[in-house]
Amino acid sequence: MSPERLPVFLARRHYRRRRVADAARLLPLTGAILFCLPLVWKGSPEGASTVGAMLFVFGLWVVLVVLSAVIARHLRADETEHPARDGAAEERPDTS
Amino acid sequence: MTVLNLLIVVCLSYVVLLFAVAFGADRAARLGRGSWLRSPIVYTLSLSIYCTAWTFYGAVGFAARSGLEFVTIYLGPTLVMIGWWWTLRRLVRVGRSQRITSIADLISSRYGKSNLLAVLVTVLAVVATTPYIALQLQSVTLSFAAFAETDPTATTLPDMQSTALWVAVGLALFTILFGTRNLDANERHHGVVMAIAMEAVVKLCALLAVGVFVVWGLAGGVAGTLERIEASGISRFEVSGARWVGLTMLSAMALLCLPRMFQVMVVENEHEDHLRTAAWAFPGYLLLMSLFVLPIAALGLDLLPTGANPDLFVLTLPLMEGRDGLAILSFLGGFSSATSMVIVAAIALSTMVSNHVVMPLWLHYSGTAAMVSGDMRNVALMARRLSIAGVLFLGYVYFRISGGGTALAAIGLIAFVGVAQFLPALMGGLFWRGATRTGALAGISIGAAVWLYCLFLPSFGPEMVVPQSVFDHGLFGLSWLRPRALFGAEGMDPVIHALMWSMLLNLAAFILGSLLSFPLPLERLQGAQFVNAVEHSGTQAGWSGGMAQSEDLLIMAQRIMGAHEAQALFAAAARRQGVAGYLPEPGPDFIQELERALAGSVGAATAHAMIAQIVGGTAVSVSDLMAVADETAQIMEYSSRLEVQSQELARTARQLRQTNEMLTHISVQKDEFLSQISHELRTPMTSIRAFSEILRDTGDLGPEEQKKYAAIIHDETVRLTRLLDDLLDLSVLENGQVDLNIQSGSLTGLLDRAVRAAGGETGDFVIRRDRKAEQIELTTDLDRLAQVFINLISNAHKYCEAQPAVLTIRPEVNGTQLVVDFIDNGSGIQASKQAMIFEKFSRIGVSKAGGAGLGLAICREIMARLGGDISYLPGQKGAAFRVRLPLEIDGPASQQGRSKEIRSKETDSP
Repeated sequence: MSPERLPVFLARRHYRRRRVADAARLLPLTGAILFCLPLVWKGSPEGASTVGAMLFVFGLWVVLVVLSAVIARHLRADETEHPARDGAAEERPDTS
Repeated sequence: MTVLNLLIVVCLSYVVLLFAVAFGADRAARLGRGSWLRSPIVYTLSLSIYCTAWTFYGAVGFAARSGLEFVTIYLGPTLVMIGWWWTLRRLVRVGRSQRITSIADLISSRYGKSNLLAVLVTVLAVVATTPYIALQLQSVTLSFAAFAETDPTATTLPDMQSTALWVAVGLALFTILFGTRNLDANERHHGVVMAIAMEAVVKLCALLAVGVFVVWGLAGGVAGTLERIEASGISRFEVSGARWVGLTMLSAMALLCLPRMFQVMVVENEHEDHLRTAAWAFPGYLLLMSLFVLPIAALGLDLLPTGANPDLFVLTLPLMEGRDGLAILSFLGGFSSATSMVIVAAIALSTMVSNHVVMPLWLHYSGTAAMVSGDMRNVALMARRLSIAGVLFLGYVYFRISGGGTALAAIGLIAFVGVAQFLPALMGGLFWRGATRTGALAGISIGAAVWLYCLFLPSFGPEMVVPQSVFDHGLFGLSWLRPRALFGAEGMDPVIHALMWSMLLNLAAFILGSLLSFPLPLERLQGAQFVNAVEHSGTQAGWSGGMAQSEDLLIMAQRIMGAHEAQALFAAAARRQGVAGYLPEPGPDFIQELERALAGSVGAATAHAMIAQIVGGTAVSVSDLMAVADETAQIMEYSSRLEVQSQELARTARQLRQTNEMLTHISVQKDEFLSQISHELRTPMTSIRAFSEILRDTGDLGPEEQKKYAAIIHDETVRLTRLLDDLLDLSVLENGQVDLNIQSGSLTGLLDRAVRAAGGETGDFVIRRDRKAEQIELTTDLDRLAQVFINLISNAHKYCEAQPAVLTIRPEVNGTQLVVDFIDNGSGIQASKQAMIFEKFSRIGVSKAGGAGLGLAICREIMARLGGDISYLPGQKGAAFRVRLPLEIDGPASQQGRSKEIRSKETDSP
């Protein structure tokens, strides 16, 4: 890969979009780890209650839905502006 | 009216409503209306077929037995959906760009379009889905029976078997009606999608309504509900870690691999962008579906007598409280869940069975495959319809045999493990270039075998399929082969045990097989395409063909896609290449486009095989090899660009050569014509001169002889006049000085007139017409159009050498265009002559000198003035001409403008 094809600095918007895509990738991993959290509570002496775990799971679920909506919105907003911006940077394949 | 009767009435009206919705949506889509059919919300709702009756009723039962654990079934899909950027985006993009028709098609396409792999996936999918369909039938009959039990006036309980049978027949009817409208499985089934979207709303509303009733009606608010849960038998969170994690993973895998999910998620996907909405809306839907499950389970355990089936709490709680309306709504929710799942599963499975099992077999046994005559389209559609009926029948038989017992209730998770066996091959194929066909075959086979042995067969219970001794001591007495304790893994939950071993062995076999085998070139190309789908669409295996094959390809495509679609595809490609008519250059791009179009109908493997039969082998070009080798060295790119350019040059040169040949040919013809026209003019002149001299010089001619000679002179002058008229007509038309005499009339009358003028039917010349289709009103210059028809009919009469000659006239309205085909049963016109026939002075078959070769040239000019065209239609049995014109010609003003424009263009050009 020649340096000319992958510049070190990207336009601010392009940089932002890539970070939003990173967030989109991280979200399911974070969710998966957090959904396993109730399993840890079983170890406590009095055990875990279903109601507690239920509130946690559903609360986390709502947060994930909202975050996913926000990320999806941003990914869309950026892509519709795609053709409007300078072509050279856009030609490059997205390294996803 | 009793509740049971009311239920039957409501249920039947609901079914009628479903048919109406599906019909309306199909109609709207066909008429080009209904952009709302393609909205991301409809897409998201259609994904909800993940929630089957098993989740609608079963989630509460699951929760009543093991508490919060039920939620794992929804958490997996939630994680996959919010992680759409990783996997689903790629899956949908590949599915759309490769025109994938099913999960079997995707896997087979990726691994070198291997049909063996497709058959394996199809068989496993059928085995895993059939019990699931039986489960849906069971849920409908059980919920129906629950109503019947509470109804004291019902004298006889409805027969479970007959309820299931009726449901199965109704579903088969619906699916066949709306699921096999068009052959191209890649086209959207708007009717079906709309119906299941509506069912998605119904089941969500039903479950929410029951939940609201339970929380605020029975438990007295949120706080009261939480207290009830605390007080119930499921208050402790005692989920095993392995099951919590394992089931979440399992449901995540199932979302990607279930044939029905693949159908709605990838095949029916209208636009990649819809995923963005589904990424949060579908998890939201799942959240709402599971929100009230625990409260309903806790209240059901509390209020209903012990021993009540927890799987039916959603139904029995409202029934017990006397809320019949709510109970009926709840029944409809369960009914919706069951029917939508069965419909989509049947469509998905039937596509797989017909494309990968029936069609290849049919092609194999029907002789010379691609080139045999007859319409394959109907065969494929019929295969799909029979497959739908077959799949539903299998589901019903399974239901009968299993007796609707509790074994069936556990089948949901068992089926999930079965389809999860596709995952390594699927994901490996999308992300790993090194994955090979051998690896995929090995992985899926071993995974499926472990699943069958450890989970599916034992699920029927001891002594049913697997003997008790095998359970206790293992196969052949080898204790490490016990189905519930493979390799000594004792004390594990059976589902998790089977999931772990099947996936581990599947993955190991897949990776080892891929590492040790060497892929075919086609496999490597497909691999590069699939893995790099998001980055760039890359190149595919190039086909190379010659001009002679274009017509064969058209004939084959017509038989699979239907004459209309095939001709449109070929004509569009020809237009893009700048070639007139219906036969484009069979360049690699075009053949690839055709292959994808065919793949949408019969699957990638079959399409590839059929094209290979006609075109020959696949040529792997430099640019393809580059994609495989992944060498991005610029020198290679440059050389490939050179190669493309030189191909382009060669093509241009060939076109130039063709044009040149045509010009030379025309010049020769022109010379011939001049000498011929002199001849044609001189012959009558000579006889006119001779006979007039006789009349002048011979004094003693009798009146009889005088009359005879005068008649000869008259006939010859008529002939001369006709020739000159034709020449004049052509020159007037060419100069655009013609005034159109626009009238309205029916096509029938016009054709009647033309047939009469052309001499009508005789013993050895038959004209076949479809008078019903000819009832078309058109507004144009009827006299000129009649002239064209007369010419075509008398040409067929003159040149068609079949005995008897049969001319078929087939009119058709295509939007605002009228298309009339004239097809005879003669030997047609050679491909090399087809380009020439509309040229002036061109005559085919010199021996039958009838006219001066001006007829078709005049026809072409007339059609251009009428705003249409006339073309030769290749790929029919004999010579075929297609006349196309607008039903209503533009006003005279614009007509004049156009002819003026043409004139000025013509005067400019020299």
